[in-house]
Amino acid sequence: MTEVQALRAEGLGKRYGHIWGLRDCTFTIPAGSVVGLVGPNGAGKTTMLALTVGLLAPTEGHVEVFGEPSRAHTAGTLARVSYLAQDHPMYGSFTVADMLHLGASMNPAWDRPLAEQRVDTLGIPLKRKIKALSGGQQAQVALTMALAKRAPLMVLDEPVASLDPIARLDFMRDIMAAAADKAITVIIASHVISELERLCDWLLVLTEGRLQLAGPIDDLRAGHRLLTVPRQTADADLPGTVIARDDSDRHSTVLVAADPPPQHPQWVVEPVSFEQLVLAYLRRRSAPDLVPAQKAAIG
Amino acid sequence: MFRFRLDGSSGVPPYLQLVHQVRQSLLLGYLREGDQLPTVKDVASDLTINPNTVVKAYRQLEHEGLAGGRPGQGTFITGILTQSPHDASAALRLSLEQWFRDAERAGLSEDTVTALIAVVRHDMRKEKIG
Repeated sequence: MTEVQALRAEGLGKRYGHIWGLRDCTFTIPAGSVVGLVGPNGAGKTTMLALTVGLLAPTEGHVEVFGEPSRAHTAGTLARVSYLAQDHPMYGSFTVADMLHLGASMNPAWDRPLAEQRVDTLGIPLKRKIKALSGGQQAQVALTMALAKRAPLMVLDEPVASLDPIARLDFMRDIMAAAADKAITVIIASHVISELERLCDWLLVLTEGRLQLAGPIDDLRAGHRLLTVPRQTADADLPGTVIARDDSDRHSTVLVAADPPPQHPQWVVEPVSFEQLVLAYLRRRSAPDLVPAQKAAIG
Repeated sequence: MFRFRLDGSSGVPPYLQLVHQVRQSLLLGYLREGDQLPTVKDVASDLTINPNTVVKAYRQLEHEGLAGGRPGQGTFITGILTQSPHDASAALRLSLEQWFRDAERAGLSEDTVTALIAVVRHDMRKEKIG
């Protein structure tokens, strides 16, 4: 049985002038996953997403979406990706009804009942112009467009930044329901790490344009342990790879990537929480030859 | 219908939390054989969690013989947890309660109690290895 791959990136890289925004990214994501993409500002998250949806062309390497190059731009490939950009761009002078009409005319699989019902449930007036809506309402209309497209891959770039806590919970609830209903693949770029644990089963951690960590979250957690060891223990004497180390007077707390989990009579070995894992990799330095990339303007 | 909850700060992976809750409810009698568990979609939107997490939890329950899927109908409780470990745990619970009361009477703080438990566990593990 071969698993369907939603995404396959190989040596993916993008250079802006003489600065690399993203380099050496290789990963595969099975269809049906909900992926959390985490990284500090300027780490290359938006670049990676724009490459994935085909808005940008890679400088090196390639990325495939359901087995086809992301920039094939045929009607078939375009229909398979739904992308919600950070600033959820829409036509300000259009009414909500105009936006939905536009979505219906441009997308073959458009789910009109879903779009109309969602806007109605949210109490957003169809006749109001986009620019007259609040930031939260605009985000909701944009998400409605993204959901109604009924694409098997949904890419969300920091989708809830402008929403209040209740609205963001409702927003994520609708995405989880869609994921359950249609078995779609979802990629969510977000800074809210605590929220991602419940939403995602796959994790990508990006810093300074490099992929630091990629894999199913349960596997990643099983492959890492938090050790409390005597202070004088050298990194070389620890099993696996040391990801983070915090020394106090007599003991040290060390996060190691080690499978199977280490055992030692003098150590306390504990499982690592999702947040500890993500933060450790976010703080980790990447290759010294890399120039930190600035968030690049796209489009 | 049974309802799940999720503790975001417990550090226990979400799918295990769901499995634990079913096991616990079976032990306490809140869930019985034949009871229906909520659909994957309902749990996913109810708790705002990844549907794959729910699928994974249900698969684990099936693997343990505690639940089973009926095509087109949903997931149902098929097993009961055997009573013997329950009896043992009841007795252990009593002696543990007694121990906690003794500790309180001796003036041990909650932190000291927690540290003491960790140290004993640690030493016992050491014995096993050594």
